[in-house]
Order: sequence, then structure tokens, then C-alpha cells
Amino acid sequence: MNWTWFHKLGSPKWFYGISGRWLPWLTWAALLLVGVGVVWGLAFAPEDYQQGNSFRIIYIHVPAAFLAQSIYVMLAVAGLVGLVWKMKLADVALQQAAPIGAWMTFIALVTGAVWGKPTWGAWWVWDARLTSMLILLFLYFGIIALGQAITNRDSAARACAVLSIVGVVNIPIIKYSVEWWNTLHQPATFTVTEKPAMPMEMWLPLLVMVLGFYCFFAVVLLMRMRLEVLRRESRSSWVKAEVKALVGKA
Amino acid sequence: MNFSSFSEFIAMGNHGLYVWTSYGISLAVLILNVALPVMARRRYLQDEARRLRREEMK
Repeated sequence: MNWTWFHKLGSPKWFYGISGRWLPWLTWAALLLVGVGVVWGLAFAPEDYQQGNSFRIIYIHVPAAFLAQSIYVMLAVAGLVGLVWKMKLADVALQQAAPIGAWMTFIALVTGAVWGKPTWGAWWVWDARLTSMLILLFLYFGIIALGQAITNRDSAARACAVLSIVGVVNIPIIKYSVEWWNTLHQPATFTVTEKPAMPMEMWLPLLVMVLGFYCFFAVVLLMRMRLEVLRRESRSSWVKAEVKALVGKA
Repeated sequence: MNFSSFSEFIAMGNHGLYVWTSYGISLAVLILNVALPVMARRRYLQDEARRLRREEMK
């Protein structure tokens, strides 16, 4: 296997160039997918025979919750890469993805609470799924705070990497919480092995929304990482040239 | 189309408040996530360009 791409990834300049080329495509994909998904889910999908129209909250709740967990796994992978190969870009990715993950967890918790009121009769219950998601939010806060509290860049990177790797134990707990404990929360919507439990015309818009949220995450992550790369490399000549070119245009 | 009129669409069968609150808050968070990095980038580029000009004058 050819590993040159992996070594190139360590170069901030290469990353800055290639991400700039991807960004417009990802932005269009995100806008298109989320736009189609929202209209499809809100206006065209049939209503649920038990929950009525309140089930339409699923089209943001599930993608946000999905993303919240995927981003955390990504933090752990980036942390591992940073620890093992001392790749600087891995720390940039970790630090910049953490706030997005925290916001996605926030969306999942808030929409879940608003959905819980008409469905369960309560905004919040100390159910296993809800509690483990709240822990995920605190883990994100911990990583963000740790990254900002330590001024030495290398120490901060190492501390955040270790915390994200240790915290990844929470992810299987979230995933299996609906199976291990008797919870109010309904079981998983997406399964690899089984046919979806909902009709296709409800499930397809959800799939579109999940893909759209992933593209959205990619767009925001790349924007944040590109700015951070410019900040960290501000002394190098290519960044100086880039800053001049960008400001000269504006 | 699952709804026969626009007012029915807004009402969401008595669940309008819940559905629209969820979508509203989420939209606000998504916009915030895009707007903050865009503004930070603009501010950074201006400050950095000014710093570079000062450096060159020295």
C-alpha cells in the first residue's frame, strides 16, 4: 500500500491546499442534502401512527446524535495518531473538532428533551441513554477546557489526546445503553444487519439528513482547521504570502 | 405531500410547538457553527495583514 498521502498529511501546507479545493464541493453537498432532507422529512414523510407529527424531530435528533458520537471517536483516533506519530495536524483536528462535537451533543440533548415532552410526558428522565449522552457532553467540555488551560502546545496536545482516548469507553455505553438497560429511549434506528424498522418513505429522508450532517461537519471542521493552521504557521513564508493574497483580494 | 394546507403544516397536528422549537434551535446552532469561524477568519486575516505591513516598514 502507498503511504505517501499519510506522510503528506503531516504537512500543514499540503493540507491547507487540498482542503481549500474540497471545501466548495463539501459545502454544496451539505446544503443540498440538508435542504432536501429537511423538506422531505418535514412535509413529505408520512406521520407516525403513534407519535403523530412529533416524530419529525427524528430528522435532526438522530443525525446530531450520530455525529456527536462519530466526532468523539474521531477525536480518539486523532489523539492516537498524534501520540504515536507525533503528527501536528492530528492535534489541530482534535482541538477543532471538539467544539463541533459539543454543539452536536447539545442539539441531540435539546431536541431529545423537546421530543420527550409530548412522547414520554417529561423533558428529562435519568435514563441510561440520556445520562450517557450527558456524560459525552461533559467529556467534550473537559477536552475543550484542557486544551485551553495548558499554554504549552505539546503538553496540551498530549493531555487532550489521552483524555479523548480514555473517554472513548463511553461510546459503546451510549450505543448499547438501549439494549443493556430497560430504558424509555427507543432502540437504534440504523442497524447494519437488519431491515429498518420504519417504512422506506420515513427512513430515506433520515439517511439523507445523516449524510448531510456529516458533510456539514466536514465543512465546519475544515474551515476551523484551516484557520488554526494559518495561526500556528504564521511565521512561515507560505502563510505570509497567503495572508497577503487573501487580504489584497478583499 | 403529507399535509393538505399550509396551516396544517404549521400546526403539525398539535405538535407544532415541539417540532418548530427543535428545528429552530438546531438551525440557530448550525448557523452559529458556520458564522463564528467565518468571522474569526476575517478578523485574523485583517490583523495578520496589518502586522505584516508593520514588519515590512521596520
